[in-house]
Amino acid sequence: MSLSKSKLLQAYRKMREIRVFEERLHQENTTGDIPGFIHLYSGEEAIAVGVCENLTDADYIGSTHRGHGHCIAKGCDLHGMMAEIFGKESGLCRGKGGSMHIADLSKGMLGANAIVGGAPPLAIGAALTAKTLGTRNVAVSFTGDGGSNQGLVFEAMNMAVVLKLPTVFVFENNGFGEATGHNYAVGGRDIANRAASFGMPAVKVDGTDFFAVYEAVAVAVERARNGEGPSAIEAVAHRWHGHFEGDPMLYRADGEVERLRRDNDPLQIFSKQVEGQISAEELQAIDDEVQAQVDDAVAKARIADYPSVDNLLTDVYVSY
Amino acid sequence: MAIRTFREAVKEALAQEMELDPRVVLIGEDVCGGQAGTAEVGSKGEAFGGVLGVTKGLWTQFGSSRVIDTPITESAIVGMAAGAAVTGLRPVAELMFMDFFGVCHDMLYNQAAKFRYMFGGKAKAPLVIRGMIGAGFSAAAQHSQSPYNIFATTPGLKVVVPSSPYDVKGLLIQAIRDDDPVVFCEHKILYDIKGEVPEHAYTIPFGVANYTREGTDVTIIALAAMVHKANEVADKLAAEGISVEVVDPRTVSPLDEEGILESVASTGRVVIVDESAARIGFAHDIAALIVSQAFYHLKAPIIMVTPPHTPVPFSPVLEQAWIPSVQRIEAAVRKVMEG
Repeated sequence: MSLSKSKLLQAYRKMREIRVFEERLHQENTTGDIPGFIHLYSGEEAIAVGVCENLTDADYIGSTHRGHGHCIAKGCDLHGMMAEIFGKESGLCRGKGGSMHIADLSKGMLGANAIVGGAPPLAIGAALTAKTLGTRNVAVSFTGDGGSNQGLVFEAMNMAVVLKLPTVFVFENNGFGEATGHNYAVGGRDIANRAASFGMPAVKVDGTDFFAVYEAVAVAVERARNGEGPSAIEAVAHRWHGHFEGDPMLYRADGEVERLRRDNDPLQIFSKQVEGQISAEELQAIDDEVQAQVDDAVAKARIADYPSVDNLLTDVYVSY
Repeated sequence: MAIRTFREAVKEALAQEMELDPRVVLIGEDVCGGQAGTAEVGSKGEAFGGVLGVTKGLWTQFGSSRVIDTPITESAIVGMAAGAAVTGLRPVAELMFMDFFGVCHDMLYNQAAKFRYMFGGKAKAPLVIRGMIGAGFSAAAQHSQSPYNIFATTPGLKVVVPSSPYDVKGLLIQAIRDDDPVVFCEHKILYDIKGEVPEHAYTIPFGVANYTREGTDVTIIALAAMVHKANEVADKLAAEGISVEVVDPRTVSPLDEEGILESVASTGRVVIVDESAARIGFAHDIAALIVSQAFYHLKAPIIMVTPPHTPVPFSPVLEQAWIPSVQRIEAAVRKVMEG
């Protein structure tokens, strides 16, 4: 599958945005100015971008607690996201959601979700809307290897097959559910096989390889748009940070993360794959732009106003 | 006005709203039945039409794309309804027995109820969760509960508990047209009661209590099946010169606090009849409201008539002892009259 140069540049830019955003948050979090807890996506960029480059704003995604990458890949505004994470009024959710609930329905982003396994049942609902209204849109859910064990995820997969819904179940196997290894917690270990047993096509791909993810998702999305029903994709990648920021990662071997950063960096892998099509200077130019954009997002988020306490009581109901 | 059963009134509301708005879909197990009318052997179209036949005929009228038979997996039913609601449909999902919320509450409690707030007011989730509540059928501990008190603790949810055919139709149409998630509790013992129901579509606003009896001595506050028992007591005691007012809030969330307090201010004597729970139930919430807002109007301590703090028993003898009875309500009214 050959992608146009502009499409390749766009994919790289999105992955770089995620990387810079997350690594910056890793630093910012140490200042104590970010309320609550955050979960970083570094190391898994190729999954979110490989999926979302197959989608339009009219398609939906449902996400996880580790949702920043999905939000960025689906087109959420970096400034709005950063302000939200800092708890500011100018945030995408006006400071009422925070890192774990960033949403932007105008971009088809149905929300990060702090309940493990929360996205698949909701995504099949978005798929039901598409099917009922005949829009040809699709809905994609992201779930981790931990979430792949949740009963409601099984229910969603079965429902999607029974009702032939236009949806794709993406399982991000990053090796850990919190501090518990996939090798310990996933009975049978093979998430794609498990999904296939529900009666849908399911493949396992290298989640550090943008092209592997993109191509598998392209097949699944086309199948969904054509009314042929759901598919599942297990994308295997690596989590570079702890479960949450502040997690000392006592479950990791010495030097493990350094090795992953050196040998399994989705951006480096991508850069090598596009050698000859995109120059190092072009990539560097994107890096510089993204860095400036994230710097600006942090600067603006820091000086933005907190929400007025009057907002406490609004937005519970449409009417009450 | 036509005479309709409670069951017919529910179905009429669903049919009229489905006809009016193509975004309204029914989701649930056996809302049609017989594998969505496709069972190869012995298929007679709608095998069930809902476990108690409430939705029978709707699949024939609207087809499988609007009356959606699902596997019996409540998390996927409610989650799918929530996801569909936030993306443009107006689903009415059926849980069958409201007791089953126990297997799927996350999709209401953590998802649908909170979308709007978590997303800073940028989302709405217009879905209705229908389900049966109530004891009286010997359906035992997992098919007889009335957990509307639990739903009402969650900000973001609206909770409706109708008592008559007229109310159930108007409130269900309101629920379907409402832009917030609504938990709609149908007391199974009421399905066969009859009453006058307008044939056209109409709505009853949430948060407006109905006075089913007007009186001056005692206020009884009750919901669903308990309203009928309260009315029976009111009618009986009227002959003795005890004037009982019966207030049916109709919705637990929002709650017509003013409507309740107004009645309490005029009678000064209160009995609350509630099938939800012996502890931390609807009765306790109403009692707290009255004590904090209308204490100086009270002429006697409030009496709460609730079930005991036990699961709902199976054997009819035990079950009848569990359900708040006309006798207990009458005794409570006589007791508050002493104060």
